[in-house]
Amino acid sequence: MRLFKTKSVDPKSLESFPEHSSTSPLSVHAMTIAYHQKPVLWDVDYDAPESALVAIVGPNGAGKTTFIKGCLNLIPRATGTVEFWGSSYQSQRTRVGYVPQRESVDWDFPVSVLDVVLMGRYGKIGWFRPITSAHKRAAMQCLEDVGLADFAKRQINQLSGGQQQRVFLARALAQESELYFMDEPFAGVDAATSQTIIDVLRRLKQQGKTVLCVHHDLVSVPEYFDHVLMLNTRVIAAGPTAETFTQEHLKKTYGARLTLLEEVSQAIAQASRGGV
Amino acid sequence: MSNLHQIISLDLPPLLTAVCAALSCTLLGNFLLLRKISLMGDAISHSVLPGIVAAFLISNHRDPLTIFIGAAAAGLLSAVCIETLRSLGNLEPGAAMGVVFSLFFAAGILLMEGAAARHIDLDANCLLYGQLESIFWYPPTSMADLLTVDALWSLPPQVLTSIGVLIACTLFVLLLFKELKLTAFDPALATSLGFNATAVHYLLMVFVATAVVASFEAVGSILVIAMIICPAATARLFTDNLRVQIALSAVIAIATTVLGYFLGAFGPELVGRTESVSIAGSITLAAGFFLTTAALFAPQYGYLGRQIRHRRLALQMALEDVLGVMFRIEEARGLASPANREVMVETLGGQKAVDMGIAYALREKLIEKSADNFSLTERGRIRAQDVVRSHRLWESYLVSRLGLQADHVHDTAMELEHFTDQPMAEKLAKRLPNPELDPHGKKIPSLNSVDDES
Repeated sequence: MRLFKTKSVDPKSLESFPEHSSTSPLSVHAMTIAYHQKPVLWDVDYDAPESALVAIVGPNGAGKTTFIKGCLNLIPRATGTVEFWGSSYQSQRTRVGYVPQRESVDWDFPVSVLDVVLMGRYGKIGWFRPITSAHKRAAMQCLEDVGLADFAKRQINQLSGGQQQRVFLARALAQESELYFMDEPFAGVDAATSQTIIDVLRRLKQQGKTVLCVHHDLVSVPEYFDHVLMLNTRVIAAGPTAETFTQEHLKKTYGARLTLLEEVSQAIAQASRGGV
Repeated sequence: MSNLHQIISLDLPPLLTAVCAALSCTLLGNFLLLRKISLMGDAISHSVLPGIVAAFLISNHRDPLTIFIGAAAAGLLSAVCIETLRSLGNLEPGAAMGVVFSLFFAAGILLMEGAAARHIDLDANCLLYGQLESIFWYPPTSMADLLTVDALWSLPPQVLTSIGVLIACTLFVLLLFKELKLTAFDPALATSLGFNATAVHYLLMVFVATAVVASFEAVGSILVIAMIICPAATARLFTDNLRVQIALSAVIAIATTVLGYFLGAFGPELVGRTESVSIAGSITLAAGFFLTTAALFAPQYGYLGRQIRHRRLALQMALEDVLGVMFRIEEARGLASPANREVMVETLGGQKAVDMGIAYALREKLIEKSADNFSLTERGRIRAQDVVRSHRLWESYLVSRLGLQADHVHDTAMELEHFTDQPMAEKLAKRLPNPELDPHGKKIPSLNSVDDES
């Protein structure tokens, strides 16, 4: 038995969904994602606003990272479509940047800080081509923007957690994208790094870019972000922070009760384990 | 036959083959090491066995190209099986590799027995241990003709193959250096930037399979793994820079092969024995020797270096503890009050550490000995004051800023004081409501007050 088989949808057929604006940087329609047949994100519809800082909030296991990976084709979608400025991810890839969780890489890897930031430029450099000094200058500028210019030649295993996060941010800046997905950029960083990160995010917004951040510190959401996307295995609410980030929606998002969707997810997982 | 001519005929071809094979394996081994899949070389080298036998059975003769293709195909198939098993079965990589290569190897053995039953003789030893010793060359007798194209083309096929594979591997690493680096460090980012991490992985596997098969002649299927892992792992112990690591690993690979070759070829003679030893075996021993030496003596990551740093720290801590106790005694009983060893052991615990600290302090002339007692010298007092200052600043900080109980902070401060330099102490002082007194009501000594008073 195979539930939630991956299938691709012809982008042209999307013209039949007039509610999706082709100018939205990110347009998610009916996206469901399953791990080992257990759905972890149900039927997500979401349009990201232009020039905005969006917090993706929700409890552990709500599917926040899954949402990002699903949008970026890093994991297969069971159903649904994702469009960037009305086109497929493949065609818009250079306009989309991704900052994974800090723990996702091995910080003992034998490379320097500048090497890591330069990796953000690889997409622009392309296959086989060497790294030019122009790219190095651009990467240095990004390091300067996050206050790490003096660390360029350091090996990455000598960095603190906050510095690692800033290196990742600099690498994202080096991509010069117009839409960014960031997975917990504020996790476990000191106050000075938080300030640097939010300064950079605000500058990106001023340049008309959109940043979606998985964010855990609910207290700082209204201060940092002008939009929120509240997830708990499905979209609970999405919109401008002032109207959307309400007690009622928070209760729904973080409520401890097992929803029927979760129960049926577990039933599906169990059934597939049992080989039904 | 002149002596030189004999060397060119008998020693040069196998040595050249072994060096080229070792370099190919090492170059790629660096990237397997970075991906933490060094065992992949082992897996592929075992998995090619059924491919070789099958190619032999199908083609029914020893055509090197057919066998090469069969071997490489089997190696690649094993890489695919490992990936599939890993993602489908949710197995950890080591387990997936172990299962796949032992199954492939078993299949190879069964196929070989089948071949033997059909009176086709396949030499298992040659596959497993290589046949370096059997590679030789009949070069032109005159030295002038030696470097002509015709003469070089008459080199044994094993030599030409290993040179060709080395060139291919070098080009691959040079051309795809940044792609290999990126996909090893952050596959998700690589894929999102348009560098398909899976594609690069399999491309690397194609080259690993090729290098492994080409290295059979040199070191055999079992010992080729040493060439993939050892030089890269040895180099990694010396540097945190990927380019340096790769360059160093290449040097180590050459050194290993040359040393191993001459040990194997001439070692027995040197100790007056006549029997020969396997050159592949002695090369592998040399590789192991280099790795062990590096693990022991590499400055930063070697065992000895770590021990020395550890001991130095322990010594410094013992010294500072002794100075701290003596400073507190002076505080209680007046300047230049003597302290004896028993008091220190009682306060600090640990006789060994106290003796170590006293010996070190005496050597550094921070304390003086008179009869059974010790007293601080001028310099020792300044140093001791810094230690006690750091200690009490930390106690105050832990109580006033972190809200710990005053009677809980002594032991923590005892640790932290050893890692606090002056700038950090001043930062601490600035954050305290009262940088004069510690939580127990004792005076926090100021910076170099001894100097001010004198």
